[in-house]
Amino acid sequence: MRVLAALSGGVDSAVAAARAVDAGHDVVGVHMALSRTRDQFRTGSRGCCSIEDAGDARRAADVLGIPYYVWDLSERFEETVVADFLAEYEAGRTPNPCVRCNEHIKFSALLDKAVALGFDAVCTGHYARIEVDADGSRALHRSADPAKDQSYVLAVMGPERLARSMFPLGDVPSKEQTRAEAAARGLSVSAKPDSYDICFVADGDTQGFLRSRLGERPGEIVDTAGEVVGTHDGAYAYTVGQRRGLALGRPAPDGKPRYVLAVEPVRNRVVVGPADELEVAVVEADRAVWFTPVTRGPLACAVQVRAHGAPVEATASVLDDGSLSVAVGPGLRGVAPGQSLVLYAGTRVLGQATVTGTRRGASPVRPAPAGGRAS
Amino acid sequence: MVPEAARVLADQLFRTGNPSSLHASGRAARRVVEESRERTAAALGARPSEVVWTAGGTEADNLAVKGLFWSRRAQDPSRRRILVSAAEHHAVLDPAFWMAEHAGAELVLLPVDADGVLVVDALRRELEAHGDQAALISVMWANNEVGALQPLDDVVALARRFGVPVHADAVQAVGQVPVDFAASGLDALTVSAHKLGGPGGVGALLARRGLDLTPVLHGGGQERGVRSGTLDAPLIASFGVAADLAVTGRAEHAARVGALRDDLVARVLAAVPGAVLRGPADTARRLPANAHFTFAGCEGDSLLYLLDSAGVEASTGSACQAGVPRPSHVLLAMGVDEDVARGALRFSLGRTSTAADVEALLTVLPGVVERARAAGLAGRGTAVPV
Repeated sequence: MRVLAALSGGVDSAVAAARAVDAGHDVVGVHMALSRTRDQFRTGSRGCCSIEDAGDARRAADVLGIPYYVWDLSERFEETVVADFLAEYEAGRTPNPCVRCNEHIKFSALLDKAVALGFDAVCTGHYARIEVDADGSRALHRSADPAKDQSYVLAVMGPERLARSMFPLGDVPSKEQTRAEAAARGLSVSAKPDSYDICFVADGDTQGFLRSRLGERPGEIVDTAGEVVGTHDGAYAYTVGQRRGLALGRPAPDGKPRYVLAVEPVRNRVVVGPADELEVAVVEADRAVWFTPVTRGPLACAVQVRAHGAPVEATASVLDDGSLSVAVGPGLRGVAPGQSLVLYAGTRVLGQATVTGTRRGASPVRPAPAGGRAS
Repeated sequence: MVPEAARVLADQLFRTGNPSSLHASGRAARRVVEESRERTAAALGARPSEVVWTAGGTEADNLAVKGLFWSRRAQDPSRRRILVSAAEHHAVLDPAFWMAEHAGAELVLLPVDADGVLVVDALRRELEAHGDQAALISVMWANNEVGALQPLDDVVALARRFGVPVHADAVQAVGQVPVDFAASGLDALTVSAHKLGGPGGVGALLARRGLDLTPVLHGGGQERGVRSGTLDAPLIASFGVAADLAVTGRAEHAARVGALRDDLVARVLAAVPGAVLRGPADTARRLPANAHFTFAGCEGDSLLYLLDSAGVEASTGSACQAGVPRPSHVLLAMGVDEDVARGALRFSLGRTSTAADVEALLTVLPGVVERARAAGLAGRGTAVPV
């Protein structure tokens, strides 16, 4: 097969490309330039698109003996991932930019262009497995190493794009193994630190980034009774479940820590309350993507709402409009609209959707689009 | 590299001696350097004393822009304006921008027309309005991307009227078109060895005798005190041989590649829908080895990939340090739409190019452009079946 290997300049994508070469594919390396103002060097684990990264990707391609190109997808990245990130926070939701990047850039802009240029598949260093079922259909599974599993951020791509994807690292038992393999192959990136933070927020200060792009919008922080307990510089910078950075002047009457329960963009208010109010019983979600034939449900499954969150038992029902209502078992707290919800059966991904609201017990906690107060 | 230049380089590498030392091996190395200086000067219509060796074209351009600015401003503090064409190579453009940001210069970008040729009237208007404030003018001999020869005679005549020194980057021109420093009336001219069959890492600034240049590199005071640094006798020797051969073989070479180029242009325009030749259509007004096209709807990186996998090496223009293809500033200065400028390809013909190469290109190019166009649409969000 003709395979386009996306090379970030990190160790995972380099080893993934090496494995694709070993498998006998005709491999071409492509580094995506996603930022128009690129830093010269990476600082620690932050950022992923520096000129140093592009150089590391080029060196990896040299070592593997494959052609190397840089594709400028910065405009698409800004228009989709960054714009979505800002719009979602502005609307009081909590986006996951890695999910949107996989949706709009890696398995869309990059994949479409690769297919148009004659490639059969795109290969990345993601940790997830692709299994081929008896009927020939391909299923997305968690990686062998649960600690590195990235099926959560990949699920958004759906089955058609999975058919054009390769994840050669899905069966690697641990990241240490990937590093050892990189070192054995003579890849100089073997000891490069992992990247964790949002790549376009180079200094890791998401609140500062939002403030610089959206401007300051001072407003009130209130408790569940509507009492003003503090102020903020912009409700968009808060996310449900957040505890740090509230800077409330006086302690709660019960003396317990307070968390963000809701962000109300229209009234520019942040609602805070005790931890037990974050407990969620039902999650509602839309924009569903399915890897299995859609049934009305109820579908017994496990759901995950964060990249590194634990899955919880759930029962999902598909409503008439295609949206989801998911009754979740105990232990799920602080779920915000905008988050990606992924449904699993064991290690297998069943589908993915975007959270629109949650309910605690019988009464809705959210959404409160017109500024309704949280219960 | 041409074999003769490579051989001289290899031979000289086995010799020792710093050309600035006074002992026997130093004197021998000095002789190699001075013979090459005479040879290079003769090839370019300059006097030996006008040759200032540098580590390449970029250094020579930096020395010209910065050195002329500082010396002219020192003589007359009101002369702060640097006049450069908007289609200059980055080795001229970037020092000019840098001087504006850091050294108190005022940058004046002179427009080019749709063919990439300097608009002489704009220079005249600028000099008539602010001629007493001009520190220098830098206009290239021929554009490196679209091949357009520049009206340097007009530039020099105008500059004389206002007492402004003129520098030209002739890196692309030497060995392609006749370059005679004395006849040109220029004050300074940049040349680089690697573009005329010599080694990388060596070049020269031809600086008119008596031209006041403030040094950029300070140290041992070599090269008239203008360019300090130990001279590299092997590179310099090889440069001289390459310059000599490039100039003596120029007419024959230009006629041969010019004919190949004319054939390539005619056949590309006939075979590829939407192909547009950039730079002057009159081939007498462009470098003989240069052909430059835009293919609307294509991305340069797609064209490069598809051609490369078909065994054809082309160039999209100048790449930035991370290798990201950007729309060329030359095409933008010519008024080409940004989207169209993304689909640019330059074909340079060299000593080893043959009619069979042109044939091979034409076999693959129509299909490559068609495929790149489909990929360009995919990149803009139109769904492609997966």
